[in-house]
Amino acid sequence: MPALANRLSAMFGLAGLQRELLSTGLILLVALLVSLVVLTIGGIMSYVERRVAGRVQSRVGPNRVGPLGLLQWVADGVKLITKEDLVPRDADRPLFLLAPYLVVIGVFAAFASIPFGALLIAADLNVGVVYLLAITSLTAVGILMAGWGSNNKWAMLGGVRSAAQIVAYEVPSTMALLSIVLLAGSLSLQTIIGQQGGWPWQWYIFHNPFSFVAFFLYFTAAIAEGNRTPFDLPEAESELVAGYNTEYSGMRFAGFFLGEFSNVFLMSAIATCLFFGGWQLPGVSVAAQSASIGLQALGLVVYVAKVCCGCFLVIWLRWTLPRLRVDQLTSLCYRYLLPLAFVCLLGNGAYLYLVTAGSTLDLAVHGVVTALAGAAGAFFVWRVFYHIRHTHDRISIDLARGERSVFDAGVQKRGYGALRKAGLAAAVAAAAAAKESP
Amino acid sequence: MVAESRETPNQVRVTADEGREELMLNMGPHHPSTHGVLRFILHTDGEVMRKAVPDVGYLHRGIEKLAERNTYAGFVPFTDRINYLEPIFANHGYVMAVERLLGVQVPPRAEMLRVITSELNRLASHYVTLGSVAMDIGAYTPFVYLLREREHINDLMEALTGQRLTFNYLRIGGVAFDATDEWLKQVEQFVTGFEPIIDEFDSLISGNEIFVKRLVNVAPISAADAVGFGLVGPNLRASGVDWDLRRDQPYSAYPELQFDVPLGKGKLGTLGDCHDRFLVRVLEMRQSCRILKQALRKLPSGDIRAKVTRIKPAAAETYAAVEGARGELGYYVVADGTDKPYRVKVRSGSFASLSIVEHVSPGLMIADLVALIATLDTLAPEMDR
Repeated sequence: MPALANRLSAMFGLAGLQRELLSTGLILLVALLVSLVVLTIGGIMSYVERRVAGRVQSRVGPNRVGPLGLLQWVADGVKLITKEDLVPRDADRPLFLLAPYLVVIGVFAAFASIPFGALLIAADLNVGVVYLLAITSLTAVGILMAGWGSNNKWAMLGGVRSAAQIVAYEVPSTMALLSIVLLAGSLSLQTIIGQQGGWPWQWYIFHNPFSFVAFFLYFTAAIAEGNRTPFDLPEAESELVAGYNTEYSGMRFAGFFLGEFSNVFLMSAIATCLFFGGWQLPGVSVAAQSASIGLQALGLVVYVAKVCCGCFLVIWLRWTLPRLRVDQLTSLCYRYLLPLAFVCLLGNGAYLYLVTAGSTLDLAVHGVVTALAGAAGAFFVWRVFYHIRHTHDRISIDLARGERSVFDAGVQKRGYGALRKAGLAAAVAAAAAAKESP
Repeated sequence: MVAESRETPNQVRVTADEGREELMLNMGPHHPSTHGVLRFILHTDGEVMRKAVPDVGYLHRGIEKLAERNTYAGFVPFTDRINYLEPIFANHGYVMAVERLLGVQVPPRAEMLRVITSELNRLASHYVTLGSVAMDIGAYTPFVYLLREREHINDLMEALTGQRLTFNYLRIGGVAFDATDEWLKQVEQFVTGFEPIIDEFDSLISGNEIFVKRLVNVAPISAADAVGFGLVGPNLRASGVDWDLRRDQPYSAYPELQFDVPLGKGKLGTLGDCHDRFLVRVLEMRQSCRILKQALRKLPSGDIRAKVTRIKPAAAETYAAVEGARGELGYYVVADGTDKPYRVKVRSGSFASLSIVEHVSPGLMIADLVALIATLDTLAPEMDR
């Protein structure tokens, strides 16, 4: 950003205050751009979530607004904006009004340091990982404020749950990220990505067994921090009505959900940067990718594809798993994840100390971990398709022909209509017969 | 039920000491997991419950009083509204009581049709129950799968009775409509197709680690407590009490059919815990399928309704009960020689099972209470009538 400002200033011969104004204007422009991108991402994530949930639950999902229902999130947004912005009489007004902004800012600001390509990054901070950890914690403050400010006992319980949860899971998630920082020797996300490569065995997730475990630690902890099932206790519908956002309506309510949906994308994006090689293309050096716009665009596609896989996994988990109880949640963190995170951190350190980077042993470990993980992944995918084949989905959804639902196994197509008519005819006949007989 | 409080010295998980402040939470009448218009007053210490006091009566419609102003036959449609999830049972108990007063012999085909529709209705009711247990634990998908199956049953019942929810199918002396051969074939197809779905449901949720952890050892009800509080049906059997009206007080066509009565075993935790109550219902669905298959095979031909010309029983009183999806659903009918009942008293399982909540609740967490209410399968309209 400063480089761009300098170049533009030189071009137009600006100096002093004018140069500062240009620089500030550029920053605001980029901030606006990032916000718009994140808004769109959050909206589209809400659509994707509902579509995937529909398919998981053998139903269609939103399909009425726009082609395939693609504009559903716009319609939802318009609806929520036009709704009344209600503040309960006894609420703590400033806290209540401010809370959704903190949640949204926490997620949106984090996107500033997410690299979408070799040069596609709003702010390449040299403390990128620390910045991400710090700024995403803002959502916890927002949720706690919402819970307390609503002056509603259910909301308060949700807020307190959320605080306890985030405080607990922040630790293993930070530890897992630190393992990668240890491997890369840098806190900058671009440097961390640059140290990896395009091929899977060059990614940090397959670097050594400890970094492999670190990914799962981060993934679990990130789901918990993002209040997603099975850790969605702060907004557990069946227990706390709606948790911390019980009293919210209109756009403030939408703010919380925008935050949540963007957060799914964010956590997948962070995982992709740190564990899955980010925007790196196989066989293309970082310098070559920075130089070519085409390669950068390709890198962006690869990056988004990786992130989408992560998002899909998170959504899939949400619609499959039940919810933990409060005590189970904290004991899972403190008893299992936390010690494991320490082991991972120490293991990564020991690996760095004992194995020379680039040595045959190092490469062999990468290869073996990749192969084993690949085999496990292939087995998992095979099991998934095995279950899909053996499922008894008795309703087939044929969108192309515009049919809503057709029974295929249990009952034939025309069965019920004809049957109903026959049943009615029989009933009419029976009634007539009953009338005739005294 | 609100005013009195019970001592519960034997609860182990009470951690709150008496001197500390308590949080009073108002759960309901509008709350996602109270299953209808039902209210609980929770006294908690943070998340841990000191006491949960149920407050009923929000759905009282005076159905028992309505019986006194309607003719015997005219009251049958009202019984559907006592429990919208099991209207066949609600019909059945009432018409059985009136038939006893009249001394009417129901034709065998009608009795078998009553059994077939009853078991279909039991399946439909258990779908909703098991689905809402899963949903209250936080898993939405099993609920949708079971509702999909329920839709098949609704379609079948609509084809037979013209209704999808309150079937109003039974008549005093028989049933309203005869089943066609095609309909029976559809039922058979449904049952054969449904059995693998139970396995799928089991593999999806019954064995899920988180789900089991959430239900096992939660709110166990001992056999003595279950009998003492008057629990019936699956809730009673989950506590290990072997009592099923279909077998122990045979009625309708049930004596001709072979079936087992599944009992709670406390396989994974304590006898009578939430998981037992869940599992008993899953096993009952398998038995219902078994009963349905036999009943379809054994369905005799003949009349579907006995000739009942004047429904005006002599002064007498009787009690008839059926084994509904929520246990014993009984009607105490007093006749005074006119064409209207003098008094009808309904005995439903939900009311009794709700009364135990206050006794079991101390020491539970809020999330456990939700599991308890869901597995007890209380239904507000059946409670309040």
